[in-house]
Amino acid sequence: MTHISIDSVTFGYTASPVVEEVSFDVDPGEYVGIIGPNGSGKSTLLQLVLGLHRPDVGEIRLFGRPSRDFVDRERVGYVAQDVTENTKAMPITVAEVVLMGRFPHAGFGRITAKDRERTWEALRRVGIQHLAERRITKLSGGQRQRAYIARALAGEAELLVLDEPTVGVDAESVEAFFDLLEELNDDGMTIVLVEHDIGAVLERTDRVICLNRELYFDGPPLEFADSDALDRAYGTNIRRDGTVTVS
Amino acid sequence: MIATIGLTRTPGLLDVPYRAMEWLLDRWSDLLHFAADQFGIGMLEYGFMHRAFLVGILIAVMAPLIGTFLVHRQLALIGDALAHTAFAGVAIGLFVNAVLGIGVSPYLTAVVVAVIAALAIELISETTDAYNDVSMAIVLSTGFALGAVLISLNAGGLAVGVNQYLFGNLSTVSNQNAIILVGLFAVIAVVVGATYKQLLYVTFDETAARVAGLNVRWYNRITVMLTAMVVVGAMQIMGVILVAAMLVVPVAGAAQLARGFREALLASVLLAEIAVLAGITLSYHYETTAGGTIVLVAVAIYIAAVLIGKAKSSRETVEDPQSIANEQTSD
Repeated sequence: MTHISIDSVTFGYTASPVVEEVSFDVDPGEYVGIIGPNGSGKSTLLQLVLGLHRPDVGEIRLFGRPSRDFVDRERVGYVAQDVTENTKAMPITVAEVVLMGRFPHAGFGRITAKDRERTWEALRRVGIQHLAERRITKLSGGQRQRAYIARALAGEAELLVLDEPTVGVDAESVEAFFDLLEELNDDGMTIVLVEHDIGAVLERTDRVICLNRELYFDGPPLEFADSDALDRAYGTNIRRDGTVTVS
Repeated sequence: MIATIGLTRTPGLLDVPYRAMEWLLDRWSDLLHFAADQFGIGMLEYGFMHRAFLVGILIAVMAPLIGTFLVHRQLALIGDALAHTAFAGVAIGLFVNAVLGIGVSPYLTAVVVAVIAALAIELISETTDAYNDVSMAIVLSTGFALGAVLISLNAGGLAVGVNQYLFGNLSTVSNQNAIILVGLFAVIAVVVGATYKQLLYVTFDETAARVAGLNVRWYNRITVMLTAMVVVGAMQIMGVILVAAMLVVPVAGAAQLARGFREALLASVLLAEIAVLAGITLSYHYETTAGGTIVLVAVAIYIAAVLIGKAKSSRETVEDPQSIANEQTSD
């Protein structure tokens, strides 16, 4: 079954649309990178996929159900830009954050031994088990994003949605972070990644979607590099190595 | 007895639990009397001190319990706003009593008014997409102004009782008010117990909570309504002006010491208990106002917590080179 199905979706916060007539599907096991200039509607599109907004026109389905009414929430893991900005002073450990991934499973019931076990497995999977009892705010940006991935894994997500996860993460950690995503994808996780770093998307993902309000390109990275989609979408001069010069 | 709280139409419904609570209050008094005799603690000879300690102990559990969720969402001021609207509720209660000649506890009307105000603040923030401090300030001053006007309208015998609501008073905690507080405590304990996970998720990361399928608006509404109940409950001994301190100060102190959220929750309750017990004791011995004394003790504890926290974190960075090395390799 298709994990995400977007059918000619248009959406705007005001009268002018931020996303217009966009359609594409994401199948199980795909690794999709979404790129586009600032304000191109890529984050909005993710929020539409996650059911945080309702499309003005068109339909979005998650695992075959309309995304606004989608109930199997634990099947979707969400990693945003570093959110700890607002919660700098909040005392909470890494293990407590990762355990949140189990909350949709637990509902109003108690946290069980199985929930804790899954939490530990997830921490081990992303390689931060030694930081479990640290305050989340004491971690580096890269470690913190790993913790959020672990939260999705603890929830047994099948689809991982990431919105510019590498903002504020140092270069070396970014590489390791993309390695981790690749490993998860190899294990069968469907990944949809919104990313400002075009080079990383071309290098790491299997499929590129280029967006600027409308869909400009949808296909393999190599084809994208050969096309003029980037030029049209960004209105820029691009060299083949991925360096972007704004005209 | 029910007639005195103005619920004459439904005597059967509340009569039994009310009497049960009275019986429990008596046993609590017996216990403290016994402690007074055994250990020669003079202040425990008095019935009003028994109620004051009971109310204080419960407040020190429920205020930080809710306060932890508020402080970590930068909503510390909402307690203040609700306390001032609760004052309007008190004034309405006194007014209605004077006009109709009945005996509704002003704390009951205060709960009703504060909960309505809480929902109003929440609905304003939902439609404007932000808890803005301007609307909070407007609600705060409207509540207080309304209270002041209603009280002056009725100045006859009413002005006398106002100090007790503004500054709190240990000796005026009646049986009836203690029972109202136990009721509020039960509601808060049950609701927080049932929705702890959801409240934590919403507090930590609202967007992720929405993605996880939580109805964030409802949990926000629940939080502010519980805040209103805490505020009114704690008003009896803290007073309108100082009640918000119990929601904030112990929580801020605990955040300095604890690593985890659950740990912080427990620590904030512990710090609040110390503040309340020490504060009530000091205020009895030195004949100072209880609310002010409790807050000063709480602030002293907060300062100590900040200092301990600073010392701890500087020691951690010196003593912990191993885990720093781990961090660098794990990324």
